[in-house]
Amino acid sequence: MGTSLGFHIVFAVLGVGLPLLMCVAEGLALWRRDEAWMVLARRWSKAFGILFAVGAVSGTVLSFELGLLWPRFMAFSGGIFGLPFSAEGFAFFIEAIFLGLYLYGWDRLGPVKHWLTSIPIALSGAASSVFVVMANAWMNTPAGFRLGPDGQLASVDPLAAALNPSTATEDPHMLVSAYVVTGFLVAAVYAVGLLRGRNDIFHRRGLASGMAMAAVAIVLAGVTGDSSARFVYEAQPAKFASMEGIYKTQRGAPIHLGGIPSDTEHRVLYAIEIPKLLSFLATFDPNAEVRGLDTFPAADRPNPVLVHLSFDGMVGLGIFIGLLAAAFWLLAIRRRAVPTRRLLLLGLVAAGPASVAAMEAGWFVTEFGRQPWIVYGVMRTSEAATTAPALGLTFAIFIAIYAGLAITTARLLLFLAARTRNAP
Amino acid sequence: MTTSELIAGILWLSLTAYAVLAGADFGGGVWDLFASGPRAKEQRLAVAEAMGPVWEANHVWLIFMITGLFTAFPVTFGVLALALYVPLTIALAGIVLRGASFAFRAHGADAVGPMSTWGVVFGVASIVTPFFLGTAAAAVASGSIHAPGGRLASGFLDGWTTPLAIVIGLLSLSICAYLAATYLMVENEDRPALLGDFRRRAVAAAFVSGVLALLALAISLFDDQLLLKSLTGRGLPLFALALLNGPLALWAVWRSRPRLARVAVIGQVVLVLWAWALGQGPYLVPPDLTIKATAAPEGTLTAMLIVITVGGLLLIPSLWLLFRVFKARNPQARA
Repeated sequence: MGTSLGFHIVFAVLGVGLPLLMCVAEGLALWRRDEAWMVLARRWSKAFGILFAVGAVSGTVLSFELGLLWPRFMAFSGGIFGLPFSAEGFAFFIEAIFLGLYLYGWDRLGPVKHWLTSIPIALSGAASSVFVVMANAWMNTPAGFRLGPDGQLASVDPLAAALNPSTATEDPHMLVSAYVVTGFLVAAVYAVGLLRGRNDIFHRRGLASGMAMAAVAIVLAGVTGDSSARFVYEAQPAKFASMEGIYKTQRGAPIHLGGIPSDTEHRVLYAIEIPKLLSFLATFDPNAEVRGLDTFPAADRPNPVLVHLSFDGMVGLGIFIGLLAAAFWLLAIRRRAVPTRRLLLLGLVAAGPASVAAMEAGWFVTEFGRQPWIVYGVMRTSEAATTAPALGLTFAIFIAIYAGLAITTARLLLFLAARTRNAP
Repeated sequence: MTTSELIAGILWLSLTAYAVLAGADFGGGVWDLFASGPRAKEQRLAVAEAMGPVWEANHVWLIFMITGLFTAFPVTFGVLALALYVPLTIALAGIVLRGASFAFRAHGADAVGPMSTWGVVFGVASIVTPFFLGTAAAAVASGSIHAPGGRLASGFLDGWTTPLAIVIGLLSLSICAYLAATYLMVENEDRPALLGDFRRRAVAAAFVSGVLALLALAISLFDDQLLLKSLTGRGLPLFALALLNGPLALWAVWRSRPRLARVAVIGQVVLVLWAWALGQGPYLVPPDLTIKATAAPEGTLTAMLIVITVGGLLLIPSLWLLFRVFKARNPQARA
C-alpha cells in the first residue's frame, strides 16, 4: 500500500500541477498571439497524456487496495470518511473527461474552446487532491462519528468527518506541495536541456514557468507546513514528540537538527541543539511545555528515528529548494533575463528529485508518525490488515509492475523530448 | 424505496455504465490482439481511434463504483475484498497494465522496440481483466460468499473457481468483444472494408456469447439454483426480454445494421445485469448480506446522495460534451 501510494503520488501531483501550467501557457499563447507558448503547452500535454494515464491506473490500485489490504479498516471507516472519496470520484471523472477533450481535441475544437477545456482539468485536479487528503486528515484526527456501548458505530456526521480538525492544515499543505513538486520537476527538465547547451526560447520559458510556480508554492508550503506542525503539537503529541525526538516532557524544549533519536538513551544523539526554539515555534512561547515520548505507553509510540529523520529531511530539502528558487529569481530580476549560470542550473536539476523526496518524506512523517494507529486513537494498524494469503507475492508482483511502468514512462518521456529536439 | 436501495441502484447503474462503456474498451483490446488479414493495421488504428479520447472517462465508472461501495456499504466492501482477493487483484493488475500500455502506445506509437511488447501487454491484459471480473461476479451471483454477521466464513477460492464461474468469466470476455465489435461497426460505417471486418468479428463474438450464455444457464440448472432463481424470480420479465433481444442483436449484426446492432447489444448487457440485480434483491451479496443490513448510517447515505446530485449535475453535461465531440457523426473530421 505504501509503495502504491508513494508511486501514485508522484503522478498525482503532476496531475494537479501540470494542467495549471498548460492552462496558463495556452492562455498566454492566445492572449499574446505567441506561438512559442503554444508549442510549450502542446509539448506538456503530450507528456501529461502518459503521466495522467499512469496516475489514473495507479490510483485505481489504491482504491482497490484500501479494501484488499485493509478490509476491517474500510468496513469500519468507509461510511465515515467515504464521502470525500465519492467527491474525489466526480472530480476525477471531470478531469478524465476534459483531458480526453483536451488531448484529442486540438483539431476538433476552436482555439478558445480548446483552452477552456484546460480549466476544468486544473480545477478538478486540485479538487481531487483536496478531497483525498481530507480522508487522510480524518485518519489523523478522526471526527464526525459516535460509537455505541458495543463499540459499533452509533451515528455518523460525514460532513464533520470530512472537515475534521486536520483538514484545515493538512489539505492546503499537500495542495501547495503538489505545485512545488510540479514546478521543480518541470524546471529540472529544462535545466538539463540548458546545461546541454540547448539555450532556446522554449527552454528558457519552460524553466521560468516551472520556477514561477515553484517559487510561489514553496513559500506557501513553508507557511502551511508551519501551521501544520503547530497543529500536530496540539492534536497528535506522540507524532510531534517523534518528529522532534523529544523523550522527556519539558518546558523550553530545544529543536534537534539532524541526529538519531535513541530509545535506549532517551535522547537524540549527534544532533545540533538549539535551546527553546521548539517550544517557541510550536506555541510562540519559548518556555512552553512539550510532551515527551516517554509519557506514552511503549505500545503507542511511533518509531522516532524514522519520523524525526523524515521530518528533518522534508524541512531541510524544502529550505534547500526554497533558497534555490530565491537565488533564481534574484538573478532573474537583476539581469532581466532567465539566469543560465551553470552552478544554478546544476542546483535546479537536483531540486527536481529533491522536491519529490521532500514530499515523500512529508508523507513518511504523517503516516509513520501516526503509528501504531491507522485511525488515530481509534483503530490500530494491526487490527485493520487483511488476513488474505500470499500477500508477499501480490506485493512482489505490483512492485514489478510499477518498476516496469516507471521505466517505460521515463523512456517514453525521453523519447518525446528527443523527438521535439530533432524536429524543427 | 429507501435511501440505501436508491444508492445501491445508482451504484448498479454505474456498474452497468462501466460494463457497456469500459467493457467495449476491453473488447477493443481483444480485437487489437487478434487483428488479422490485410487490414490488420487499419483495424488496430480504428480501435485506438475509438478508445483514445474516452477510455479514461469510461474507466472512472469503476472507481466511482468502488468508492461508492465502500462509502455506502462498507461491510459488504470489506467482505468482497477478502473473499475475492485473488480474482480482484489479478483484474487490478490487468487494469493497470491495460491502461498504461494503451497510453504508452498511443503517445509513443512511433517509438521502436519495447512498444510492440506493450501492444501485446495491452491485448493480454484486456483479456485477463474481464475474465476475472466475470468470475468474481459469478461468485457473488451464485451465493458462494458466506458472511454471517458480516464476517467472511467462506474460503478464498470459493465461488470464482467453479465451472459456472469460468463459463461466466469467458462470457464476460466474449460480451466485451461483442460490444466492441458492434461499436467499431458504427464508427466505421463509411469504411466498408473495415465495417465488414468488424461485422464478421461481431458475428463470431455473438455466437460464442450465445453458446456460453446457454452453457451457463445449463450449468446453473443442474447444480447451482441460486443464479437461476434470481433470473427467473423477480428478474424474469427482464430476463425474458433478454432472451428475445439476443437473437434480434444477432440478426442486426448479420444484416449489417450497425446502429440497431449497437443498441441491441447494449440492451442485452443492461437487461442481463438488471435481471440479476432485481432477482437477487434485497441481497447485495447473497445469502448473508442485504442492502439494508450492510448500509452505512443514514447520515452518510444522505450526504452521499447530495454529493451524487451535485457531482451528477457537473458530470452529465461534461460527458455529453465528450461524446458529442468525439462520437457524434462527423464526416469532415475523417478527412
